[in-house]
Formats: sequence, C-alpha cells, structure tokens
Amino acid sequence: MELNPQELVFYLFALLTIASAVVVVTIKNIVYAAFSLMVTLFSVAGLYVFLQADFLAATQVIVYVGGILVLILFGVMMTSGSLDLKLKLERGQLFWGGVVSLTIFGLLLSVITNTPQWENVDIGASQEPTTRKIGEMIMKEEYLLPFEIASILLLVALIGAALISRKEVRDE
Amino acid sequence: MPLGLQAENLHQFFVQASENWAQRFAQEHAPFLTHLPAPLGELAIMLACCVIFVAVVPLLPLGLVLAERKVSAHIQDRVGPMRVGPHGILQTLADGVKLIFKEDHIPREGDRFLFVVSPYIIFACSFAVFAAIPFGQSILVSNLNIGIFYIMAISSVVVMGVIMAGWASNSKWSLLGAMRSAAQLVSYEIPIGLGILTVVMLVQSLNMQDIVKGQDGIANWIVFRTPFTFIAFFVFFISAIAEVNRTPFDLPEAESELVAGFHTEYSGMRFALFFIAEYANMFAVSAIAATLFLGGWHGIVPAEMLPQAGILGFVLRAVTLGGLIGVVIKTLLLVFVMMWLRWTLPRLRVDQLMNLCWKYFIPISFFNILGVGIWGLIFPTDTLLSIVISIVVIILGLILTFGVLGKSLSKGPSNSAERRISATT
Repeated sequence: MELNPQELVFYLFALLTIASAVVVVTIKNIVYAAFSLMVTLFSVAGLYVFLQADFLAATQVIVYVGGILVLILFGVMMTSGSLDLKLKLERGQLFWGGVVSLTIFGLLLSVITNTPQWENVDIGASQEPTTRKIGEMIMKEEYLLPFEIASILLLVALIGAALISRKEVRDE
Repeated sequence: MPLGLQAENLHQFFVQASENWAQRFAQEHAPFLTHLPAPLGELAIMLACCVIFVAVVPLLPLGLVLAERKVSAHIQDRVGPMRVGPHGILQTLADGVKLIFKEDHIPREGDRFLFVVSPYIIFACSFAVFAAIPFGQSILVSNLNIGIFYIMAISSVVVMGVIMAGWASNSKWSLLGAMRSAAQLVSYEIPIGLGILTVVMLVQSLNMQDIVKGQDGIANWIVFRTPFTFIAFFVFFISAIAEVNRTPFDLPEAESELVAGFHTEYSGMRFALFFIAEYANMFAVSAIAATLFLGGWHGIVPAEMLPQAGILGFVLRAVTLGGLIGVVIKTLLLVFVMMWLRWTLPRLRVDQLMNLCWKYFIPISFFNILGVGIWGLIFPTDTLLSIVISIVVIILGLILTFGVLGKSLSKGPSNSAERRISATT
C-alpha cells in the first residue's frame, strides 16, 4: 500500500483519537481522564481539517478545549476531595452505558453506510473560504430559524447563569 | 480514493502554492527540495519554513528580557545589568546558560507526567500562533483562510497547559495561580474575541493577509477607519495584556501573594520554557494587534507612492513602517508599551480585574460591534468622506475624554477602578 505523508498524518490523528478516547473511559484518575479528553478533542479537530472543515476545526478547539474542558477541570478542582477520587464502575452503569454507546455506534454506522459516496468539495471551489458558505447558510438560507432558536437558548442560559451567580449577593 | 482527495484538500488548505513564500524560498535557496516527489517536497518545504520560525522565535526572549530589565531600570532611575558584555547586552545569554545548568527539580508529591508535559503544551501553543501571523507580503508560514480564528483557537489551549502545570505541581501557590490564570484567560478571551470581530466585520474576512491588504496607508489603518475600531484597538490591547498575564493583570503570578503562581515549582530549563513562552506570547500578541489594527506590513504611506524594487524600496518601506522591518518596529513599540505599563501601574485586585472585563470591556465591545455594523451600512466602501468623518470623531472623542479625565483627576481620587481604566486607556 502506498502511503503518502498526508495519509500518514491522517492515520496518526485517527490513532491518537481512538487511543486517547480509550484512555478517557478506562483510566481511574478523573484529572487524567479530562486531560486525555483534551487530546481526543484536539485530534478530532485534526480530522476535521482533513475533511476541509477548517472553521469547524478551530471552533472545536475553542469551544471544547478552551471552554468546556476548562469548565470540567474547574469543577473537578473546586470540589474538594474529588482530586483523589478513584472512579469506580458499577454493574448497572456498565449495562446502561453499553446500551447508549451501542445505540450511538449503530446510528453512526447507519450514517456511514447510507452515505452514497465519500465525495469531497471539488478543489476548484475550495479556494473560497468555508466561512462564507457557513454564513450564507445561517443568515440567508434554510438554517436561519434553527440558528435564531439556538441563539435565544444561549441567551436564556446566559441570563440564567447571571441570575444564579447574583443570588448570593442579594441574600446578604 | 477518498483519502487521497482529502490529502489534496489538506495541501490546498495549508499551502496556497502560488504566493507561498516557503516555496519561493525553497526554489531560490534549496532547489534540491523541489526534486523530491511532490507531496514529500511540500511537506519538507513546510517543515523548513516551520524550522525557521522555531529557530527565530526562541531568540526573541533573549532580546526582550534584556529590554525589559533595561526599561524597568531606566523607569526606576537605575542602570540595569551592566557587567556581562558591553552595556550588559549578554546578560540574558549568561542567565540562559545558568538555567540550563540548574538542577531540574520535580516535586516528589506532584504528578510527574503532567508536570513534565505541561511546559511543552504552553510552549508549543505560543509557537503555533506564529504560523498565522504575516510578517510581510510573503513572509508567512501558512496563509490560512481562518487565520485569526486559528490564532484564537490555539491560544485558548494555553489555559489547559496552565491548569495542568498548577495541578501537577501539587502546591497551593501553583494551584491558586493556575485557578486565577484560568479564570482570567477565559474572561479576557471574550473582549479579545469581540475586538477581533469588529475588525472582521469591517474586512469581511478571517484571513490575516486579507486583513492587512486593505490597510494600505495610515488613513486606511483599521484603527482610524472608524471611531469604533479606534476604541476596539485599546480594548483589544488592554485585554491582550491581561491575556499574557502581565502587570497590571499579573494576578496569576503575583510575587507578593503567590511566589510565582502556576510555575512556582518549576526550575531550570522547564522554568525557562515558561519564561520563553511568556515573552514569545507578548511578542505574538503585539504582532497580532499591529497586524489587525496598525496596518501590518503596510506602512504609513500607500505602497504605490513608493518605489518597490531594490534596496531603496526596502529602506523606504522600513522608514515608513512597512514591510518586515515595519511590522517588527510596530510590534516592538507595543511590547515597549506593555513593559512601560508593567513598571508604572500597580496590580489590580481580583474583583477589579473581573469588573473591568465584564462590566466595562464587554459592554464597550458590544457597543463597538453595533457601531461598526451601522457604520458598514452607512459607508459600504471606504470613501474620503468616511475617513474624514472617522478621524474628526476620533479627535473630538479624545478631546472630550481627556477633558473629562483631567477634571476628574484634578478633583482627586474617586472610584479607583474607573480611574484605572481611564489611566490605562
């Protein structure tokens, strides 16, 4: 099999994604799990780059690594005692976890097999930034309503967060 | 062969072959690279380009640390390092050698693996940022379509390295410093992002080269293009100082409270890595500010009014703050302002820091975005009229601000947080 450098990089990212994901679910130390989740999310961003979704890749890093993961670590570190906590698996968890992950796996598999062809955007058009297409889809075309609903949801969440953190001050 | 196609796309994505400096450089200086099979050759050229940056960037702190010590010395009416080399210019080199020979100490109770890994994460992230900063028309590692967004993404990963270092050290100073740092970085990413957004709204592109290309001549520099971007520049720059943890925002490593913050337990070369990353970050952030707002490699005088060819063109471009030299001058100027602020202003308290971000900068940034949006509707393209109006508004605003500021200062100390903002702006 001929393996050019780009393919090599692709397989490297794929391997990194799977290996770090396995570490996330198997390791007992919660902080280590969070940090290897960082590697997973980062390599998924790398895979997005291979799909030519550059904007999505950067968004993945900003939102998941820079935002959500930091929040998770904050939660872990601010909760006293949870640092030395060893994660334990109970039998019920194993069953339900297995059910959920098998369902998701089945869904993904059906999507993969139902996609007629793994065709890419043709390279001539790829010079146009993906952001333009995304912007037009969101602001002009069919995804305007979902976009606005999502933004209202986020606004409500923001107001809720502000309200919750204000409450302590009011109680004084 | 889907993978081959994807690889092709990756190549498109990273190397915009025709105007890529790396390729031209390779053709001129290393022709043997072009004889390799195509993809391998590309990779080799990209690597060569990266190597140049990776070799140059660590040298920056060498100069900047000395500059910091000299600037601080002169601000405090001292002379600074004088012994090593003429006028002390070899001081940092001596310090570097000292750091290499120091004992590499890893705390026994800490987490050995993460302790070792975290400096590399911070170091790598602060280097990766340089890949998308243009230092000239063709001096750029990778002309990404999402340039500025990539920079934001990469710099948001630094937080993870900081938390990792703080936690792995297993020391209260480190953990507190890391917590403060994370809170600060996450908060100040918002005004920085919104400041960048005002520029992106005006330019309609995330590509760094596109952002620079529209700024030919000082009247077209984005700072002066609209009054809102003028405000956005200051908000961006102050937030950037907070983002690189420098005084007056150096709470994560406040010496008087936390010894050295998240890198308290580090010694020797690992400490040096944090140090290099800090100064490289300073330089990167200033270079980004210069690129976004101060014309990047475009000078004061529009390019067509200057001869381009030969040494004369190079010198004239440098004198009018254009080209590679121009970017470096502008960047170093902003770095100097950072040092100047460090040795002039006292440190903010945590609550003042958060107030400044959430109650002042973020509302101001939203106002800027609204303003730039309206401005874009009124003046779809830049005309002489729009530039004149913008500059008049900026000057009036400055006079008004400084008039009010002067009065409130002469009245004596009022609300300290408010005063400090006006002082920093």
